[in-house]
Amino acid sequence: MKLATLASMMTLAASALVGHASAETVKMLSVEPNIQAGKDYYSNIKKAFEAKNPGVTVQIDYMDDASFKSKLPTLLQSSARPDIFFTWTGGVFFEQAKAGILKDVSAEMNAGWKDAFSQAGTNAMAYKGKVYGAPMYAASVVLWYNKKLLAQAKIDPASIQNWDDFLNAVGKIKAAGMTPIVVGGKDKWPLQFYYGYLATRIAGKDGLANADAGAAGGFENPDFVRVGAEFKRLIDMKPFQPGFMDTNNNKAAGLFGDGKGVFHLMGNWLYGSQQKNSTSGKGLADDELGFIRFPAVKGGKGKATDTFGGINGWLVTKDASPSTTKWLKFLLSRENQIEGGKQALWLPIAKDAGSGVANPLMRQIVAQFEQADYHQLYLDQALGASVGATLNDVSAELATGEVSPKEAAQRVEEARRMR
Amino acid sequence: MTDAKVAAARPLTAKARIARMYRDGKLTTILLFLPPALLLFTLFVVTPILNAAHLSLYRWSGFGEVTDYVGLKNYSTLFAHSIFHQSMWNSVKIILASILLQIPLALGLALLIYRKTPTNTLFRLVFLAPYILAEIASGLIWSFMFDGDYGVSAQVASALSMPSFYILADKQFAFLAIITVIVWKYFGFHMMIFIAALQSVPGELLEAASLDCRKSWQIVAFVKLPLISHAIKLSVFFSIIGSLQVFDIIIPLTNGGPSNSTHSIVSYLYTFGLTRLNVGYGSAVGVALFLFCVFTALTYKRLVIREGKSA
Repeated sequence: MKLATLASMMTLAASALVGHASAETVKMLSVEPNIQAGKDYYSNIKKAFEAKNPGVTVQIDYMDDASFKSKLPTLLQSSARPDIFFTWTGGVFFEQAKAGILKDVSAEMNAGWKDAFSQAGTNAMAYKGKVYGAPMYAASVVLWYNKKLLAQAKIDPASIQNWDDFLNAVGKIKAAGMTPIVVGGKDKWPLQFYYGYLATRIAGKDGLANADAGAAGGFENPDFVRVGAEFKRLIDMKPFQPGFMDTNNNKAAGLFGDGKGVFHLMGNWLYGSQQKNSTSGKGLADDELGFIRFPAVKGGKGKATDTFGGINGWLVTKDASPSTTKWLKFLLSRENQIEGGKQALWLPIAKDAGSGVANPLMRQIVAQFEQADYHQLYLDQALGASVGATLNDVSAELATGEVSPKEAAQRVEEARRMR
Repeated sequence: MTDAKVAAARPLTAKARIARMYRDGKLTTILLFLPPALLLFTLFVVTPILNAAHLSLYRWSGFGEVTDYVGLKNYSTLFAHSIFHQSMWNSVKIILASILLQIPLALGLALLIYRKTPTNTLFRLVFLAPYILAEIASGLIWSFMFDGDYGVSAQVASALSMPSFYILADKQFAFLAIITVIVWKYFGFHMMIFIAALQSVPGELLEAASLDCRKSWQIVAFVKLPLISHAIKLSVFFSIIGSLQVFDIIIPLTNGGPSNSTHSIVSYLYTFGLTRLNVGYGSAVGVALFLFCVFTALTYKRLVIREGKSA
């Protein structure tokens, strides 16, 4: 009797498997969106795609940030790997490409697909000339300021064009008895934004690429020593809030939202996070909030319009099911990109999709991003995990005065050579 | 009776021994109960250790095949790394604090409240509460307490009209703060061990002692403490091994900062091995930690918990 039940169950299971295999499934693994609207966005697109493509099912799985990062290496090496997965691009992506677990989609990109995206977007999805996926959105770091406080210090934001202007402004704000800059030093990377942006301005695109390749003294060359020295000029003015090394990034956003500091160098997401982390939950209103580009540095090789930030997208794994790119193209279509921008989920990366962005501050950020000739990926991601972490470390140690600009440059170069 | 004695005295051949074990049912017991334990132990303890030892000889990011053999380079980098030295020293500091602060504190409290009364039960519960809390939760709670802007330390500072102080941002005090939290978190556990031991001290003995000694400290020093010495030794052992493994308190409190000055060996492993995608290097730290633990455990057992005297 038992045996008969078992046998019938096995037949049932087998038929279910067969039935399942006849329809194609595209498996997508994403990090958990932090708001429900983000999840709804995906499930709506999935429904539309499945209606158009009978026989193809899209399976979207979510993992929280930390589990995603820790489970991915094992998952990608198993047979249960997803067809596409979310990526922050940069160093981790390079490791995955090097390990040969990704699928080269260059042919399809070159056959016209890439025209849909900005150049910075597709560049970020490439490793050694091969493209392994498609970009979805960008993040851009700008120098946010509190309008009311800046006016109190009698500073016109438009007058801050270069680094010296910025340092002058910091001096004036200090003299007026306010905290010039809030920063989440405990997380280190917010301090690295200064180092990274200065490097983008001083060494520029080519300088960074050369240093990464180890040419002209690598990260020890005079340009990078100057990066540290310029950063140190700022630090010597003691511009940060007291106890900034025990402030994590969320708390820094809250402090900024509470009006406890004038400037905050942070990504476009600060718009929402300063509200969420503020004491009132409302933060600074739209008319109290402004931003400028990161100032230019005299004699620097980078353009003042170059931007610094992130690019996120989707990577295709090897042996992905045939409909994967079809789904990816649908997911990243112009309409869906415009919709994502309209809902203020992120900064869309498809060309001209920025027009749909409703919030004026966000629209300005998108415009600056689209104007930029070059978008530098966060240095801690672009240069790989080891150099990246060292950069974060030395940025923090410069800020606490424990290393000199020259030592900082040496440490980064040492990490590059060990890579 | 005599036959059995003779049989026991004479060395048995392996075959005879197995036959006897079969007869008295020991063999069945072994075959039934050993494999699950052995399998689990091998699968989850021995294999990972051997795996880590193997990986520690490679440079490996965690993705793809393990091919880049580097010999002992990971170990030489490790032993030359100043932050690793700092982390080792920090672990030693935690051990010292556990033995010199935590255990005396736990012992003192245990002596005060080991008798079964309703008030004592209440105190026991209060003192044990920190131990029951999850490590991450207590780390977070304390990081709010130490917060110089919104935390308790900010309130204290403003009540005393002093400028705010940021303990966890200060290289000198951050580690002291961590030690405070560790002592606070674990003294209750040791206290419970001592309470259990004190309750098993025979009442007649204490009665006799109270007739002989006039002062209660004498009873403590000459009767109670010697009688619970096994519990103290065990507690010290737990503190040492626990101190070497501290991780989840440090991460929410300081995340190893400021400037990597407050890492323990394990948080060092996590920061430099895992988050930097340097699994080979992390394995080397793991192996070093494992050997260190084994060495400490064996030495301690040899020197302090001598066999037969432990109970």
